[in-house]
Amino acid sequence: MRSKIILCFTILLTFLLQSTLINKIAIGSITPNLPVILCISMGLMRGRKSGLWVGFFSGLLIDIFYGSFLGFYALIYMYLGFFSGYAYRICYDDEIKVPVMLAGIGDLIYSLAVYALQFLLRGRLSLGTYLIRIILPEAFYTVCLTFLLYRFFYFINYHLMEPVRPERESVWVLR
Amino acid sequence: MNKKPQFRINLKSKHLLAIMTIVCIVAIVGTFASGVGTEQMQETAGLFVVPFQKGIEHLSGQVENMLETFKEKKALVEENEDLKFQLENLMSENNKLLQDQTELTDLQELYQLDQEYGDFPKVAARIISKDPGNWYDTFMINKGSNDGIRVDNNVIAGKGLVGIVTNVGPNWSTVRSIIDDASHVSAMTVSTQDNLVVEGDLELIDEGKLRFVQLYDQENKVTAGERIITSNISEKYVEGLFIGYVSGVEQDTNNLTKVGTIVSPVDFRHLRDVLVITINKQDILSEE
Repeated sequence: MRSKIILCFTILLTFLLQSTLINKIAIGSITPNLPVILCISMGLMRGRKSGLWVGFFSGLLIDIFYGSFLGFYALIYMYLGFFSGYAYRICYDDEIKVPVMLAGIGDLIYSLAVYALQFLLRGRLSLGTYLIRIILPEAFYTVCLTFLLYRFFYFINYHLMEPVRPERESVWVLR
Repeated sequence: MNKKPQFRINLKSKHLLAIMTIVCIVAIVGTFASGVGTEQMQETAGLFVVPFQKGIEHLSGQVENMLETFKEKKALVEENEDLKFQLENLMSENNKLLQDQTELTDLQELYQLDQEYGDFPKVAARIISKDPGNWYDTFMINKGSNDGIRVDNNVIAGKGLVGIVTNVGPNWSTVRSIIDDASHVSAMTVSTQDNLVVEGDLELIDEGKLRFVQLYDQENKVTAGERIITSNISEKYVEGLFIGYVSGVEQDTNNLTKVGTIVSPVDFRHLRDVLVITINKQDILSEE
C-alpha cells in the first residue's frame, strides 16, 4: 500500500516538474522527457507490471491536460514501461548504464511514435528535419538527465518503497 | 483452518497489457469519434495538479527576481552604455520617421485596431505551465470559468493574437497557441481583404514564423510587410485581431493560390502574461 502511495506521488511530482520547471532549463526550446525516465526506471527496478501502471498513469495525466485524445500518451508510456520491465530480471538495476541506454532507446521510440501517429498522418513528411531538430536532441538531453534522476528514483525505490518479489516477474520461469 | 476469502485477481502481465491496451484504444476512439468531453476528469485532476503548478510558478518567479536583483548593479552599468548608444540611433531613426508620411497612416490604422481591441471585455492571466513535450505548443493559464473564461475564447498578448482556449476548469484553462502545429486560423490581409489560412508549423518555429496558405491573389498585390488580421468569416476568432506581418510569398504548387510565411510580433518563447477576450465570435454573431 505504502509503495502505491509513494509511486502516485512520484508520478505526480514528475508531471509537475515536467510541465513547469523543466521548461526553465530547456535548451533551444527542447526539453528532456521525465515521464520516460520514470517509467523506464520503474520498469527496470520493479518489473513489467509496475512499469505498465506507472507508464499508464504518467501518460494519462498528460492526456487529461494537454492531449488531444484521451489515452494516446497513456498507451505509448504504458508500452515503454512494460517493455523496460523485461530488463528487470536480465540486468542488474544498480548499474547506471542499463537505464541510460534504455532511456535513450525509450525516448527515441516515444518520439517516433508521436511523429508517426500525429504528424505523419497529417502529411508532415520531412522526418529528417524533425529528427535533427527535435527527436535526437530530446533523446540526448533525456539521456543526460537520466544520469541524475535514476539515482533519485533508485533511492525512492529502495528506501521508501517495499521491494518487489523477484520471482513474480521472472521471464525465465515457465508458468 | 479458517482462511480468509481472497479477492485478489492475479493477472499475468501480458494479459494486463492486452486489457489496458484495449482500454486505451477504446478511450482514443471514443474521444475521437464522439467528442465526449473529459471535463469531469479534468476538474478532479486539476484539483490536485493546478495548485502545485501555481505554487511552483510563483516560487520560480520569485527566484528569478532575486537573481535579477543580484545581477542588477553590473547589468545597470552595461545597460546604461547600451541605452546611450541606442538613444543616438533612435534619434536618427526618429528623424527619418518624422519624414515618413506613409508610416503615419500605418500607425493610424494600428491605432484603430487598438481601439477595436479595447471594446472587448478582457481578463489578464498568467501562464503557469506548458505542454510537457516538444511537439506541440499548448499552455495552461491561472484563470478559468470562475473568471468568465469559456472554451473558444481568444487569447492575445500586448501586440497580437496568441491562441485559443481549448479546455476550461474552475480556476485554470489550457490554451493552444497559433504557432502550434495543429492550429489553423482563418485570416485576411488588411489592404486587399483577401482571405487566407494561417497555420502553425513546427519546422518554422525556430525562425519564429508561421505559415499561411490558400491566399488567392492573382495580381500580386500582397507583398512582404502586409499586415494580417483575423478574418470576418472566421468561426472562432473575433474579427480584426492582429496576427503578424507577411515576410515571404510564393506561388503554391497548384498555381492558383499562394503560400508564404508570417512573422508574429509576439515572443512566444518568453510569453508570461496574456489577455483572454471573454467574448466568443458566436456571441457577437448571435447578438447581431
